[in-house]
Amino acid sequence: MKPMTDACLTFKDLTLGYNSHPAVHHLSGSISSGSLTAVIGANGSGKSTLMKGIVGVLKPMAGICTVTPGKRVAYLPQQSELDRSFPARVVDLVSLGLWPRRGLLGRYSTEDRDAVSKALMAVGLEGFEKRAIDTLSGGQLQRALFARVLVQDADLILLDEPFNAVDAKTVGDLIQLIQRWHGESRTVLVVAHDLELVRAHFPHTLLLARRPVAWGETREVLRPENLLKARRFDEAWHDDAPWCEPDDGHGHAHSHAHGHDHAHSHTEGHGGHHHHDHGEVHDHPDHESGPRAA
Amino acid sequence: MYEFLIAPFVEFGFMQRALAGSLMLALGACPVGVFLMLRRMSLTGDAMAHAILPGAAAGFLLYGLQIVPMTIGGLIAGVIVALGAGAVSRFTVQREDASMAAFYLISLALGVLIVSLRGSSVDLMHVLFGTVLALNDDALTLIALISGLTLLTLAIFWRALVAECLDPLFLRSVSRLGTPVHFIFLGLVVLNLVGGFQALGTLLSVGLMMLPAAAARFWTARVEPMCVLAFGFGAISCIAGLLVSYHASLPSGPAIILSSGAIYLASILFGTRGVFNTKLRRHRHRTA
Repeated sequence: MKPMTDACLTFKDLTLGYNSHPAVHHLSGSISSGSLTAVIGANGSGKSTLMKGIVGVLKPMAGICTVTPGKRVAYLPQQSELDRSFPARVVDLVSLGLWPRRGLLGRYSTEDRDAVSKALMAVGLEGFEKRAIDTLSGGQLQRALFARVLVQDADLILLDEPFNAVDAKTVGDLIQLIQRWHGESRTVLVVAHDLELVRAHFPHTLLLARRPVAWGETREVLRPENLLKARRFDEAWHDDAPWCEPDDGHGHAHSHAHGHDHAHSHTEGHGGHHHHDHGEVHDHPDHESGPRAA
Repeated sequence: MYEFLIAPFVEFGFMQRALAGSLMLALGACPVGVFLMLRRMSLTGDAMAHAILPGAAAGFLLYGLQIVPMTIGGLIAGVIVALGAGAVSRFTVQREDASMAAFYLISLALGVLIVSLRGSSVDLMHVLFGTVLALNDDALTLIALISGLTLLTLAIFWRALVAECLDPLFLRSVSRLGTPVHFIFLGLVVLNLVGGFQALGTLLSVGLMMLPAAAARFWTARVEPMCVLAFGFGAISCIAGLLVSYHASLPSGPAIILSSGAIYLASILFGTRGVFNTKLRRHRHRTA
C-alpha cells in the first residue's frame, strides 16, 4: 500500500450495521488514490454495506469513513432502486450522471450532451438514446448505468457487483471500462465474486468476512488460508452476542496488509464466545495494540 | 352550436368564474397528478383529500362557509398528515401506503366528528362536494396563487423530482435533495387539494388531479408531454363538465369529474398505448 498521504478513502475503526448488529466490524485502513481494488467475501460479509457506508447512504455505528475532500464519488448499487416503469429514455437515465456538474438548475450544454453520447458509445449503446428504459435487457441496462458512471466523471468509483447476470461479452466490455478508469488514475472499488476475474484484473483485494480478513496485493490476499478463514465466517446475527465495548483508547490495530485477526484483549474474558469471529482460529491472541501498521 | 358551447360562458358571470377557477385548478393539479401516478401514489391523493377534512371542518365550524379559514384549516390538517405519514415511511420500516392509511383514517374520523358537532348533513355535503358555481373573488385569487406556486415549484424542482422518481438511491448518492423534494412534493399535493375543495369539494378535487393524469399515461411515454396532455384533458373535462351541468341542470363537480372519467375510459381503449393499439391490433413486426 502506498503511504497515507495520497489516500482517497480512509477508514478509522469503521463499524457499519443494522439494528445494532455489525455488518462491517472495526475496519481500519486506507485506499490510495488511483488504486483498483476488488472487494470480495461471502454473501452477508458486509461488502455492499461497506459501499453504502462510503457513499454516505448508511451512517456508521462507530468510527469514521472519510472520502478525501474534493473527490467526487460515483456509486453503482447492487440493488438499484431504479424504477424501470418510469417513462424515461436511455438518454434521460444517463443524463442523470450530469447532476454533480449541473445540479438542480444548471442548463445542459452542448458539451454535456456530447459527454452523454460519448458515454453511450463507450458502452456500446449508440443508437439506444431514444429507447425507453423498460425495453432494455438486463445487460443493456447495466451498460447504460455504466454510461451514467462515465458521465459522472468521478474520482472515486464504487461498483457493487456490476457483473451479476451479465453475459461474458458484456463482462469483458465492463472490465475494459474499469481498466480505462484505472488508467485515468481514478480510484475504483469493485465488489465481485469471480475470483478468476479478480486475479486477472485487480491489483488489490480486500477480503471481508464482516471484519477484514485480508487486505493487500491480490496474490497475497487470495491465498488458500485466507479464503478458508473467510469461509468459516459465521453469517448469522446472535441476539445474545455480547456488546462490543469501545477500546481503552489505543484504537484497533489492524495490519490490513496481513489480515490479522483483531481480537480485543478484553473479549477473552467473555468465555471465548466472541460473536463476530465465532468459530475462528485466534492465531494472534496477543494482538498488537500500537499505532496502525499501514 | 354557439348557443350550446359558447353562450353560457359569455352570458353568465358565474359560468365565467367557474371556468376560470376550474381551468386554473387543472393547470396546477394535473401535473402534480402525473407525478403522483408515476410514483405509484395515486391513492395518496385520495387519502390526502380525506385528510384535509378536519381542518376544513374546523374552519367551517368556527367561521361558516368561508374560503379563507377553511383553506387554512385544510392546509394545516393536510400538512400534518403528509409530514407525519412521510416521516414515518422515510425514517421507520413502515411503507408509505400503510402510514398514509393510518394517518388519513385518524384525520377523517376527526373531521366527521367535528362536522357532526354542527349538526346537519347538508353542511357536510358542502364541505365534501364544493360548489364550483359559487366561486367568489377570494376563492379565485386563492386558486390562481396556488396554481402559480405549483407551476413555479415544479419548474424549479423538476430535475430533482424526476430523479427522485426514476432512481431515488442515485439521487441520494449525489445530492441531499431527495428527502426535501419528497416533502415539497407532498406539500404541492396538499396545496392543490385544498385549492380544489372550494370548487369541487374534498372528494372530487382528487378526481381532477388523478383522472387526467391516468388518461395521459395511455398516450405518451415521456414525462413532459404527459403533463401537458394531462392538463389538456383536465381543461376539456372542466369545459365539458360545466356545459353538461348547465344544460342538464346537474351538479357541476361530479359533471366535471365524470367528463374526465369518460376521457380516461376512452384512453384505455383508444390511446396509442391503449388496449386496441397494443393488444387487439396485430402488428407487423420488423426484422430488427
